[in-house]
Amino acid sequence: MFGFILRRLGLLIPTFIGVSLVAFFFIRLLPGDPVLLLAGERGISPERYAELMHRFGFDLPLWKQFIYYFTDLMHGDFGTSISTKKPIFNEFFTLFPATLELSICAVIFAVVLGVPAGVIAAVKRNSWFDHTAMATALVGYSMPIFWWALLLIIVFSGILGWTPVSGRISLLFFFPKVTGFMLIDSFLSGKAGAFQSAASHLILPTIVLGTIPLAVIARQTRSAMLEVLGEDYIRTAKAKGLSPFRVVAVHALRNALIPVITTIGLQIGVLMAGAILTETIFSWPGIGKWMVDSIFRRDYPAVQGGLVLIALIVMGVNLVVDMLYGLVNPKIRHQR
Amino acid sequence: MKTMSRLLAATMLVAGLAGAAHAKTFVYCSEGSPEGFDPAPYAAGTTFDASSKPVYSRLTEFERGTTNVIPGLAESWDISEDGTVYTFHLRKGVKFHTTEYFTPTRDFNADDVIFSFQRQNDKNDPWYAYAGGTWEYWTGMDMPNLVKSIEKVDDYTVKLTLTAANAPMLANLAMDFASILSKEYADKLAAEGKQPDLNQLPVGTGPFQFVAYEKDAVIRYQAFADYWGGKQKIDDLVFAITPDASVRVQKLKAGECQLMPYPNPADVETLQSDDSIQLMSQAGLNVGYLAYNTMMKPFDDVRVRKALNMAINKKAIIDAVFQGTGQEAKNPIPPTMWSYNDNIQDDPYDPEAAKKLLAEAGVKDLSMKVWAMPVSRPYNPNARRMAELIQADYANVGVKVEIVSYEWAEYLKRSQDKERDGALLMGWTGDNGDPDNFLAVLLGCSGVGGSNRANWCNEEFNNLVTKAAAVSDIAERTKLYEDAQVVFKKEAPWATIAHSTTYVPMSKAVIDYKVDPLGSHRFDGVDLAE
Repeated sequence: MFGFILRRLGLLIPTFIGVSLVAFFFIRLLPGDPVLLLAGERGISPERYAELMHRFGFDLPLWKQFIYYFTDLMHGDFGTSISTKKPIFNEFFTLFPATLELSICAVIFAVVLGVPAGVIAAVKRNSWFDHTAMATALVGYSMPIFWWALLLIIVFSGILGWTPVSGRISLLFFFPKVTGFMLIDSFLSGKAGAFQSAASHLILPTIVLGTIPLAVIARQTRSAMLEVLGEDYIRTAKAKGLSPFRVVAVHALRNALIPVITTIGLQIGVLMAGAILTETIFSWPGIGKWMVDSIFRRDYPAVQGGLVLIALIVMGVNLVVDMLYGLVNPKIRHQR
Repeated sequence: MKTMSRLLAATMLVAGLAGAAHAKTFVYCSEGSPEGFDPAPYAAGTTFDASSKPVYSRLTEFERGTTNVIPGLAESWDISEDGTVYTFHLRKGVKFHTTEYFTPTRDFNADDVIFSFQRQNDKNDPWYAYAGGTWEYWTGMDMPNLVKSIEKVDDYTVKLTLTAANAPMLANLAMDFASILSKEYADKLAAEGKQPDLNQLPVGTGPFQFVAYEKDAVIRYQAFADYWGGKQKIDDLVFAITPDASVRVQKLKAGECQLMPYPNPADVETLQSDDSIQLMSQAGLNVGYLAYNTMMKPFDDVRVRKALNMAINKKAIIDAVFQGTGQEAKNPIPPTMWSYNDNIQDDPYDPEAAKKLLAEAGVKDLSMKVWAMPVSRPYNPNARRMAELIQADYANVGVKVEIVSYEWAEYLKRSQDKERDGALLMGWTGDNGDPDNFLAVLLGCSGVGGSNRANWCNEEFNNLVTKAAAVSDIAERTKLYEDAQVVFKKEAPWATIAHSTTYVPMSKAVIDYKVDPLGSHRFDGVDLAE
């Protein structure tokens, strides 16, 4: 197991270098630059332009800029944002808990609904439940997030008035950040109604962000279950006279979960992409929205630093998933 | 320890809020996050709405809902005969905010004024580079070339010496970048090595004082009890940052906020029919235009430019692009601005005459580019659509149009190219309500290759606007600008297209809000019905 983890960690080094390279060059490939955008309709004189480009160090040859940036990265310095003039590491981790909280809720929502739906659909193959669930999953997967979110807001917040429109908690509540996770902070604040308010603000964004992973997980669970249910050992288990519930929940599901765990791990990347739209609509102060704003402003350091940090996190999550996978499946653990 | 004390203060504040049952809280669904809370390094209206408007005051101020310049921290001023020396007499007894991070020991005085300007003007000032050294408006308004010196005469007198007479200076000083910060606070931060806090935990003399900012989510202010203009009627001001315009509408309808900026044009109609919402509007201080590159053939010929102007059906553009919420433009400045010359006759929409004029100029089978901006701006919500309508209009007079567009930053860059081909859609929103800010910036000779997208340098026009900036008598200036507009219309470097209307939807409970012609959102003087 230890060797397995070491091998995995070793793979992270070239990935990290690759990501920092891509992050650096990707944003510079986009036309325009931060100084021009700063000037806007007013325009800018060539002298002032040169002065500002020099101030930000963008007049150096690209390879030199990259070496400076990479050296700083190695020292744990992720740079300073051009627009807010604040360290990117701080900006990122101020916003990251909001994204993480929403992502965790979305994953829980997707797993809690998706796995049972997939199992039932597999067991009752070709039943009306199977057809309805899989058709719904397909619709959920194809739904444009922007449209889906607005629809939910208009119906549940606008017409029915059941949920708040946007934000993380009612503005009546004002307490200091402790963990950055609103559910925990609101609970710690000890104010009556704060936790309920935070939870109600999470409902719609969780559904919106969790919809695509839910659809994927349901379909993946169903096909994995179908495969496992056809195996010999399941027939043996049934022949032994075990209850159908035990056969499905213990013998079949445990084996079917292996590919499902991988799928959940891969969905983390999808969540990051979905977070951009979800956060914009629900005014959710997370890193998705922040990244998009930085790209539009051509805030090179923020985009570079943000991408590297996101990549590090996704790599970390995948490492954990791989380890879980190894735990569940000894075959992988012992592979060379 | 610091966290603890903040926690304590915050708890007390909330307890205070809960205790005073009648505390009036005004929630504004703002459209974005401020870049910082020191306005001077920035250029975005969103940043100014959250920083300079609530927190700071300036030597001169714009009267609410107008572009009139009135006394602010300067009670009065004298201008020397030749218009180059301004002596400001400062208001006495003005207090800075007392916050949990700073307690002022003295009133506002001349040192604060010197500090606020010098840090932008003097490259050797210790504060020059603290926010990246990008003093956008200070350089944008040409202050480095206009200002010769800023001196303290005594604690309540400041002398500003200019390199040449410049009448718009008083309006410039009412702009956001000229906000007055506390030198005492800056010194304290410098001593503690916490310079960046000047941009994050602001201290000013404005109507509201800063309480807390949760990035990309909420900004909280409370009314400043000792505000020199008197305590505000609302007690707490909250910005709920809501980037999506449709979501802002939903929040307003649900009562989660009392006022929102920038509705989608498509939402304006439904908001108009909503009983709980009042929709205020004002002609925006802006212009959307099509700039010919007057340096390139055949657009160097005024007949060609005139002919193309006559080919455009502006009425159709207002209906299709602005959904009726704008007005046709005939001058480069909007009608709400002083010196607007209403006697000017616009080029009529007349395709036949246009064809004739093109033939007269010897132009046959012209094909040209029309540049369409990729972004939606107040002066042009949909440039692509506008370009298509112009393309169709030009086709009627036998001119073939290719529409080109680039990503915004690239568009801005290429638009400054003197060899640019064809005509460019662009626009402008006024900074300080002075005609100079339109006519000299957008059409003066010094802007060629920069903000003067038509690359039009006309001696007669340039002399008129240069002279107008140097005299301080408003009647005389008005006359000069009116004449300049006549020259502009005769020479037609642009097709002037539209001035848009700004809409501000708000709850019916909002009392005495005034829509700012300069496009900002300010909440001093606003009240809420119980």
